[in-house]
Amino acid sequence: MSDPNPIPPNPASIPQPAAAARNTARAQGRTARLVLIALGVLFILVMLVLPLITVCVYALKQGWDVFSNAITDPYAIKALQLTLLATAAAVICNTVFGLFASWTISKFHFRGKQFLTTLIDIPFAISPVIAGLVFILVFGRIGWAYDFLQAHDLKVVFAVPGVILATIFVTFPFVARELIPLMQAQGSDEEEAAALMGAGWWTIYRKITLPHIKWGLLYGIILCTARALGEFGAVSVVSGHLRGKTNTLPLHIEILFSEFQLTAAFAVSSILVAAAIIILILRNIVEFKGRKEEHEHVR
Amino acid sequence: MGLKRMNGMNGFKELNGLKKRALLSLTLLVAAAPLAACGSNASTTGAAADTQGASADASKPASVEITNVSYDPTRELYEAYNKIFQTHWKEKSGQDVTIVQSHGGSGKQARSVLEGNEADVVTLALEQDVAELEKGGLIEPGWVDEFDKQSSPYTSTIVFLVRKGNPKGIKDWDDIVKPGVEVITPNPKTSGGARWNFLAAWAYAQEHDGSDEAKSTEFIKNLYNNVTVLDTGARGATTTFVENKQGDVLLAWENEAFLSIKEHPDDYEIVTPSISILAQPSVAVVDEIAKKRGTEEVSKEYLQYLYSDEAQKLAGDNYYRPSNPDILSQFSDTFDLDLKLVNIDDDFGGWEAATEKFFADSAIFDQIYQK
Repeated sequence: MSDPNPIPPNPASIPQPAAAARNTARAQGRTARLVLIALGVLFILVMLVLPLITVCVYALKQGWDVFSNAITDPYAIKALQLTLLATAAAVICNTVFGLFASWTISKFHFRGKQFLTTLIDIPFAISPVIAGLVFILVFGRIGWAYDFLQAHDLKVVFAVPGVILATIFVTFPFVARELIPLMQAQGSDEEEAAALMGAGWWTIYRKITLPHIKWGLLYGIILCTARALGEFGAVSVVSGHLRGKTNTLPLHIEILFSEFQLTAAFAVSSILVAAAIIILILRNIVEFKGRKEEHEHVR
Repeated sequence: MGLKRMNGMNGFKELNGLKKRALLSLTLLVAAAPLAACGSNASTTGAAADTQGASADASKPASVEITNVSYDPTRELYEAYNKIFQTHWKEKSGQDVTIVQSHGGSGKQARSVLEGNEADVVTLALEQDVAELEKGGLIEPGWVDEFDKQSSPYTSTIVFLVRKGNPKGIKDWDDIVKPGVEVITPNPKTSGGARWNFLAAWAYAQEHDGSDEAKSTEFIKNLYNNVTVLDTGARGATTTFVENKQGDVLLAWENEAFLSIKEHPDDYEIVTPSISILAQPSVAVVDEIAKKRGTEEVSKEYLQYLYSDEAQKLAGDNYYRPSNPDILSQFSDTFDLDLKLVNIDDDFGGWEAATEKFFADSAIFDQIYQK
């Protein structure tokens, strides 16, 4: 993901056969390049752009009224609210956790560090459906924590906390994964220097660690948001599909789809598509700013 | 990300004061927010507990909420029914009632209730699915007789959905076992609807073969040889036939078939066979939950009111056959009322016997598929 600075072709390094041969080689190189670019563009068009266009076309197929009815439907709005709530909770939780975890892992040495790093990656490796089932088996009616929850009148699965929990689980590694390599690359020289000068941990963290990682942190938060907005599998298992209560936007879309309301399903999908595009734009801004700042630092 | 290295001493470079403050407040916000989130969760639960406690009191609170866990194709029915029930309950008790709906595959929905999805009432596709909840201790035995007509306020049956103009000339069950006819039906191992399909075909075969089991088995075998897509659920099979345009005939719930026609009036038509099966979706109050929440009264009335004339008409409008014969006769334009219907209790000895005979491991369905 770092700068892909292509090495400029050095004319001196090319052996000296006839100029014509060199031109042929160059032409061939150009053809190959064009073919590769064309393939790449085609792939992106078919795999990424086409689905987006399809969503928008289908969403507006039956006119603006159907579209606006679908997205202002009270259940759609409730679903959007729940999705936003779960996303906010996931982002906040995982940002805090990500900051702590990356700081611990990259700036300190302790036994079991590698193990901890591996643990953080579990949500990447596990299928979200299994994650959901695990929550059911723990907090559900047949789960071992059920009696305790009943005694305290708490509800986890098939209620909003379950949806939030599942979202947090699947987006768990995003911020930490983004920060750990960044902080490891930076090393802890500056922090050590600051400590030697008598700065407290909070000052060090605030004045040295955080400013260095802020763009990476924002980037992680953006990725985490994107993933949380679209989460389907784990949430589907723990939600119980209670209309207006535990349906998130992706679940709402699936329900609309299986009820033959294709247009409405795509209309609601377009909300997520719009969110995705906004996120992508933010991502690019963050990336650009981060890179610019880096250049300034290097200078 | 392009941020890999930030050079050494620059960390001490003076930061723009505004930025610094912004970062600090962001950090604080981030740290404080989960606490706030936890707090709000706790308070929601607390509020819920309050209403639960209050509704158990003799004096009724102004509003009550019940959850109806149902199966896939009942969405439109209950959307309409909930409205008339809200009016009815307001008149009857003065309370405002909110009904939370949940829809999905019948078996899956039963499973979720069993795992803790708190439904006050279930309105499922199969008696068996409700029986699972009874086994799980959520519903008290004897629920089948709690409401009229074995707790089936509306019924349905199995019909054929064919492409417009009926190009393969399908009229009855013996037409769909002919070579070259492609049949779409879900898998009876996983789908409730598919079991009704299977039993309806069996009933036809029995009648035409003079109850010769070997011949009926052969008939069913030919039928399933013609099945080109064996989906796991009824809604999936409908999508395969209607949206993906596979096969010549779909064995479908009558209400699903009507719904497909409503969506695509120019593409499909319904063929009613000479004999089919009376499918009785079951409703029940989930005693454990209703007791806990103090919603027994409203839950019971919710299901009881399904038998009212108004609700029965609503069922007919949504292509379910009303269980009240008078109302049913008003829908003679929609439904083929001359269709001979067998039913599970009289003709198959109940679900348990039917399951054991046909759908258990290495029972008749398995034998057909092994041969």
